[in-house]
Amino acid sequence: MSSPLWSLVKREISVVLRSQSEFVYPLAFFIIVTSLFPLAVTPDPVQLAFLAPGIIWVAALLSILLSLNGFYQADYEEGGLEQLLLAGVPGSSIVIAKSAANWLVTGLPLVMIAPLIGVLFNIDMQANWVAMLSLLLGTPTLCLIGSIGMCLTLGLRNGGVLLTLLVLPLFIPVLIFGASAVQAASIGLDYSGQLAILGALLILSIILAPHAGAAAMKISID
Amino acid sequence: MWTWFYQLASPKWFYQFSNKLLPWFRAATFILFAAGLALGLLFSPLDYQQGNTVRILYIHVPAAFLSMFVYVLMALSGGIGFIWRIKMAHIVSVSCAPIGAIFTLLALITGAIWGKPTWGTYWVWDARLTSFLILLFLYLGFMALHNAFDDRKTADRAAAILALVGLVNIPIIHFSVEWWNSLHQGATISKFEKPSMDADMLKALLTMIVAFQVYFVTVLLQRVKAEILLREKLSGWVKKLVTNQ
Repeated sequence: MSSPLWSLVKREISVVLRSQSEFVYPLAFFIIVTSLFPLAVTPDPVQLAFLAPGIIWVAALLSILLSLNGFYQADYEEGGLEQLLLAGVPGSSIVIAKSAANWLVTGLPLVMIAPLIGVLFNIDMQANWVAMLSLLLGTPTLCLIGSIGMCLTLGLRNGGVLLTLLVLPLFIPVLIFGASAVQAASIGLDYSGQLAILGALLILSIILAPHAGAAAMKISID
Repeated sequence: MWTWFYQLASPKWFYQFSNKLLPWFRAATFILFAAGLALGLLFSPLDYQQGNTVRILYIHVPAAFLSMFVYVLMALSGGIGFIWRIKMAHIVSVSCAPIGAIFTLLALITGAIWGKPTWGTYWVWDARLTSFLILLFLYLGFMALHNAFDDRKTADRAAAILALVGLVNIPIIHFSVEWWNSLHQGATISKFEKPSMDADMLKALLTMIVAFQVYFVTVLLQRVKAEILLREKLSGWVKKLVTNQ
């Protein structure tokens, strides 16, 4: 990893960690939302195990969506983003750094906490491992795609709601393959195909998303 | 040849050009729709399983076809506008969005009406239905993003990026949805299982597809004209045009 990029990542992480406890919210959101489902649907362990992959993945997707704002909005409003661009830092590096920091602060804790949720939802050990793996491969893609949407809506008043509308349809492939990997594992089927596709989506989004995000960021800051 | 091509980028010239084209396209739309509807409703045979319900197909298939075609056109012209900073390309791109969204909605609604007697239910989470629903969301996102900006140039460029991102995503979404469905339930009712098509039916369907295409061009030109007037309202030729009329 080149050192300028790493220092950008460190900057992002320290900015977010210093902003009080905001970075914990998405994680708390994840836990609370998942615990709503047994209350709303059924406490029956067999049915919960059947629903768990979908619930875990939808909740993870929403908490990533929730976390995006913290990495961009304040930085945009205070002019930090503009300063970075003026200093000649390529927009794509900023997007990569922000996505990496976003994943380290939000995505990684989700991956760690997912097995706990899995136990609460009564899914077996194997499926729990696959849930972790699929989140490990899928959440960075969500951060990257989300950052495009975030860059597009930076200067807007109702950016938050609009972001949801723009980004959720683009999240669908990740959701499908992530949840179906866990589903397949929980009924003893082969899940390597789904994980391979999640990996492919991650690579594709690492290549393309920073450029789209950078172009969008330049428009928003112009 | 090339000067003619370059002139297309000038709003004024495009306005006058579409004024010349529009009557022809309007006439062609009427003739083709009259022919296509007559062929489809009167002169094509009943389906041996679906009966008269099959006639919804003559609306449904062209609408579905155009909703995808319009998205590609919207994204490509948005991309052209973004890269070469051509005002006209953005105008075309922005004008495409509501038309495409309506076609998508039409395809979904006619599909639901067709589904009730044929499948016994209005909605199935079938691969095609789902990917069309997502296509509708993409259209809505594009329009919402374009509306959210105060400055039109910024809106054009941001929306163009979103359209291009969507264009990359559409095949991925399509295949993921198809795979998702085949994983969960076998192909019970997912595909249009019809016997190879009758020649009369095919004739009617193709006429309707062309009719929809021509109709799309007509509406697009009309929208583009309105958009040009709106954007160029401060320029001399528009003021002259408005005061003379």
